[in-house]
Amino acid sequence: MKTYEQINDRIESGKAVVLTADEVMDYVDKKGLQAAAKEVDVVTTATFGPMCSSGCFLNFGHSKPKIRMSEAWVADVLVYTGIAAVDVYLGCTQLRHGDPANMYPPGEFRYGGGHVIEDLVAGKTLQLFALSYGTDCYPLREIRTYFSIQDLNQAIMVNPRNCYQNYNVAINRSDRTIYTYMGKLEPHQKNGNYCSAGQLSPLLNDPFYETIGVGTRVWLAGAHGHVYAEGTQHAGGGARTPDGVPMGGAGTLALTGDMKQMKKEFVRGVSFIGYGVSLALGIGIPIPILNEEVLRRTCVRDRDILAPVVDYGVDYPQNTGNVIGHVSYEQLRTGQIQVDGKTIEVGSLSSYPKALEVANLLADEIRRGDFRLAAPIAPLRKDAKMKPLVKRGKNR
Amino acid sequence: MNDDSVTKKLMFYFPKCVCDKPIIYHLVKDYHLIVNIYRAKVTPEEEGYLVLDVTGTEEAIQRAIDFVKTFDVTVNYSGKGVVRDEERCSHCGYCVPYCPPGALKIEDRATRKVAYNESECIECLACIRICPFGACTSAF
Repeated sequence: MKTYEQINDRIESGKAVVLTADEVMDYVDKKGLQAAAKEVDVVTTATFGPMCSSGCFLNFGHSKPKIRMSEAWVADVLVYTGIAAVDVYLGCTQLRHGDPANMYPPGEFRYGGGHVIEDLVAGKTLQLFALSYGTDCYPLREIRTYFSIQDLNQAIMVNPRNCYQNYNVAINRSDRTIYTYMGKLEPHQKNGNYCSAGQLSPLLNDPFYETIGVGTRVWLAGAHGHVYAEGTQHAGGGARTPDGVPMGGAGTLALTGDMKQMKKEFVRGVSFIGYGVSLALGIGIPIPILNEEVLRRTCVRDRDILAPVVDYGVDYPQNTGNVIGHVSYEQLRTGQIQVDGKTIEVGSLSSYPKALEVANLLADEIRRGDFRLAAPIAPLRKDAKMKPLVKRGKNR
Repeated sequence: MNDDSVTKKLMFYFPKCVCDKPIIYHLVKDYHLIVNIYRAKVTPEEEGYLVLDVTGTEEAIQRAIDFVKTFDVTVNYSGKGVVRDEERCSHCGYCVPYCPPGALKIEDRATRKVAYNESECIECLACIRICPFGACTSAF
């Protein structure tokens, strides 16, 4: 049994034993759970993939004379201005003004909010254009200027939903090619895509949210951020394997971090043909080895994790809730899965090599004493269920 | 086909003026080359390009290239019609099932990194359209 304080003391003294979730299982197999639990202080987990519910708050400071921005665009991408005068929220799935979207399907979606965020983190100079109706205190009615992230007072990433605990394998049983956020899916289940770091993914290494909760310090694209709430659509109460591993999406995390501290390799705008734009992020979360049980859960392997296979031709868009079956990440990693006796080629949208890079970078920071762990101030709900949106008439 | 025949990947850039010349015909007929065209865009009144494999003896290929050059055609031997930007590639592996010849593949199951074998690329451009990170680009 260890406490957060003891682990942080060891980190501070540069003596902490840190392993990645990719190497811990072999270590435990060799040393035995009891001995390893005494020895190992932290296991680092990570993921790198598109996470659509991401964005950032920017504060521009005041111009002379002042403006209360009522509509604004950064690099021609619309930002939300329904907050204080020079605060805006930039969402990663917002398209650039004038993007033809799917007018001539499948659209290319070359640039949007995710790309703006990537450019900001890369230190590029971007255009701000803002309009206002003008007030006595904020008389300026229009501004066009250029800025980079260094010019901003704050650039704070605030992501309502990151790090899905597990995710669907998308296939297409319809008779036409479809373009989805899970990629291009050929008809008659010719191919499939999945999106999870599997055995390296944060919440799959802490399936019951014993150490990851509100207040947990995380490595958000290089910045030291934290979990500020349960993520939107957090639903830890779904089906689980006998070992407790969720068999569907389940838990999610709401994360925040200072964009000025981020590394550009882990903040990438992405374009999905026929679907839209998003942001791929690299996230690392340390798991303190408080006891044997916590360590045992970090030893989860790809073969123990099952992902639901879902038809994005009909079942996903029509919200039928139908699941075709489950396959393990061990099977998915081979590049082929079997569904109803048919072999389907599968690809990944989540990058395991990048996730591994994050897990190692975080492990190094902890070993150097540069990253301290924070105990959660509130747990994530284990029983939450996902509610649908019910279409109701006026006179209910 | 001779035992000493080799296959080379070539790219021809056409200026506006030579679109009306049957160049490939002469490569086959006069220089006895086997041609395999990957990509071609040769439109009157516009610049054009041609990406192809030629198979024949070293000597025949060289003579054919000399012949092609008499038409004010630029010949490029670099063979890089589709380029993968190492820095933009996130090695997710999404492109792998969409690459018909398997030029993009996960070679090492341990690292799970995506290798790009340029010589196997048939320039179908599928990767360029589907890569979310925009890692692959075309020379044309």
